[in-house]
Amino acid sequence: MSYRRRESPLHAAGALAGCAYCLALAAAALVLSSPLMLGAVALAVLAAAAAAGVWPELRRAALWAVPFALLIMLINALVVRDGLTVIVRLGQLPLLGYTDITLEATVYGAVLGLRAVTLILCGALYTTAVDPDQVLRLFRRVSFRSALTATIATRMVPVLIRDSRRFAEAQRCRPGAPPSRLALMRAASAGVLDRALDIAAALEVRGYGAARRPPRAREPLSRHGLAFLGSAATILVLGIVTRVAELAPFRAYPALHAPLGAATPIVAGALVACALLPFVDRRGVQG
Amino acid sequence: MSVLALERVTYTYPGRERPALREVSLEVEPGELVVVAGASGSGKSTLLGVASGLIPHFHGGRFEGRAAVAGMDTRERGPGELAAAVGTLFQDPETQVVMGTVRAELAFPVENRGYPPTATARAVEEAALALGIAQLLDRPTSELSGGELQRVALGAALAGRPSLLVLDEPTSQLDPVAGDELLGVLRRCNDDLDVAVVLSEHRLERCLAAADRVLTLVDGTVACDAPPAEFLAWAIANAPEMATPGARLLHGVGLPPAAGVRAARRALRSEGLGRDLVDVSPPIPRMARRGRRAEALAFDRVWHELADGPVILRGLTVAVAAGERVALMGRNGAGKSTLLRHAAGLMKPTRGSVRASGRVGLLLQNPNDYLVHETVGGEAPPAALLKVGLEPGLAERHPRDLSVGEKQRLALAIVLGDPPAPIVCLDEPTRGMDRGLKEKLAVLIAGLDAAVVVATHDPEFAAAFAHRVILLGGGRVLADGPVDEVLTGGRYFATETARIVPGALLPEQGVAMLAQEAALR
Repeated sequence: MSYRRRESPLHAAGALAGCAYCLALAAAALVLSSPLMLGAVALAVLAAAAAAGVWPELRRAALWAVPFALLIMLINALVVRDGLTVIVRLGQLPLLGYTDITLEATVYGAVLGLRAVTLILCGALYTTAVDPDQVLRLFRRVSFRSALTATIATRMVPVLIRDSRRFAEAQRCRPGAPPSRLALMRAASAGVLDRALDIAAALEVRGYGAARRPPRAREPLSRHGLAFLGSAATILVLGIVTRVAELAPFRAYPALHAPLGAATPIVAGALVACALLPFVDRRGVQG
Repeated sequence: MSVLALERVTYTYPGRERPALREVSLEVEPGELVVVAGASGSGKSTLLGVASGLIPHFHGGRFEGRAAVAGMDTRERGPGELAAAVGTLFQDPETQVVMGTVRAELAFPVENRGYPPTATARAVEEAALALGIAQLLDRPTSELSGGELQRVALGAALAGRPSLLVLDEPTSQLDPVAGDELLGVLRRCNDDLDVAVVLSEHRLERCLAAADRVLTLVDGTVACDAPPAEFLAWAIANAPEMATPGARLLHGVGLPPAAGVRAARRALRSEGLGRDLVDVSPPIPRMARRGRRAEALAFDRVWHELADGPVILRGLTVAVAAGERVALMGRNGAGKSTLLRHAAGLMKPTRGSVRASGRVGLLLQNPNDYLVHETVGGEAPPAALLKVGLEPGLAERHPRDLSVGEKQRLALAIVLGDPPAPIVCLDEPTRGMDRGLKEKLAVLIAGLDAAVVVATHDPEFAAAFAHRVILLGGGRVLADGPVDEVLTGGRYFATETARIVPGALLPEQGVAMLAQEAALR
């Protein structure tokens, strides 16, 4: 999974707006606890991915994240003793002791899992829709080396994936019993170190070691940049107001409390609409 | 002022006792194009490392003497500072492109020097136009071919307008067409921008014609520093493995060597030789006849179509007989590596079938990928080590301490196994090898009692070992025939001798043909 320029409003918005948009969605997922609101944020991210042309990448990320979410739910249900509604009595278990599975712990585990999936999707949307080179340019005045490290880490992912495929193929070509896992790990690590040295040498000869703080550059914001910055600000405000004003209340313990008033679906709908509105305007999406 | 000046430079890598460079003194003037020649391990890359400042700042070690780039002492200035005066290009295009898009890659070295955005944008545009990559500017670097990536890396090296360009075997990972394109671009930059170029290259026949000087390293010392023709005369007398096929051909007919095909043809014409041969139309290679010998490996209407992607192999039908040695040639992306992977069962055809009479040993491009054990003896059985000519004394050595040629042999021993595989496939086994190592590998391949299929870009190497050449293009067979037919009938996929004397594959054949022509006259 890596960035590739596509003809979408989000790709045309630039790094500042793209970062702000993804961060706002992630922040909303962090401040909201209501399953409906979290679902709305996840839906907004997936719909944004589809509108930005990165749906296959996010689908893959979601498929990877769902088992992770189920694991969170399972662990929470097994280890949390809170909650009044017992749904399964497992009795005495090794390490865990006397274990009752409660509805509250299971639902709260599911909410935590949904939040984790949503955050992973936000990360995937950022990776596929925000140009890392522009991010480097954006942050290089603040912390050039950190920004460069992050950019190169992104760039190295496909290189290392190709290396590992090549390495695996070479091992399949060996006749007889395959080498031990330890030997393979040692060799793979040596290969990664070689790659890191090559990259470091390339950076040196491109002048990275003597890099100077660049002059301030002001890029005018495109219509898409403005739209996504506006969207990000609205999502953030909506999330905070919903939390502070308890427009979508949710409490798991000791007993589930999630009253579905008129406000919750309205706010959820507003959040999704807010996230998707910038995609309507497709003028100048080629950048 | 010289753009590069070395005074009695001696350099030893950390942990080594033997110096990689010894008492090297040289000067490179502005606008010069200097080719650095020498066998693997002779110190070429080390010399280029000194010029770029990576030695001693990046690699450490013991450095004696003085090196100056554009007047800057390399002991006082690191590679980052020297980057303002020297652009560097390495072998592997994959690991020297660090940014996500071509535009960002070209801008990176300029931005590192603190240029304002307008100056950066101009430098990027000019570098892109100079290298003919303006159409690539907004492409992601992850989607570029090896040749394109190498041109982008050259662009990044040139974007800061250096006075010296240092290139370490930049074409070793490219096919002949992409390699020639890169050298052409390099020559144009040398002419138009007056950039001095120091270039190390094993396939000298490709770059000598453009060179002003050839600097030859033997065991870390300068053995010869002379114009190309004088270097070739020196090589014929002192280091025949460095002499180009064209030089050997001219030497064979008693003429002084000349660099490049055009100069060699001119030299022959001036002596009244080769006139009747120049206009010979290239022979059309016939398709190989099948069924004479038992088939060891057969591809029957093999298709390989990528999901959501292009077609790599298009109904390819090829058979290789037991004991036959086949060179598989073609541009990058022609389908050579895919075909070999199908032979070894690493890939399955989307249509068609592959049949093999026994185990297929496949040696992929990077021998390091096979080396996972702590000792050479742990990697391959003794019989296989013996078969590839690795001495028993090496059994306790660490595989990564071996030389390039020894690693290649060890990887070959691993895939051969014991009992040895009856079918052996090798994918680009000569990358980064000098002519001497290639000749040894050709002898080794010829000595294998197996059907051998080798994907290679190197016509001279193919001529040295193959019975037959299959030329692939766009997933189809473009030509299939005996080596002396296919490799004498083209420009890119032809030996240098064939380009000088049409119809002759090797210098010895060329000499015989010219002698025959002279006798007839």
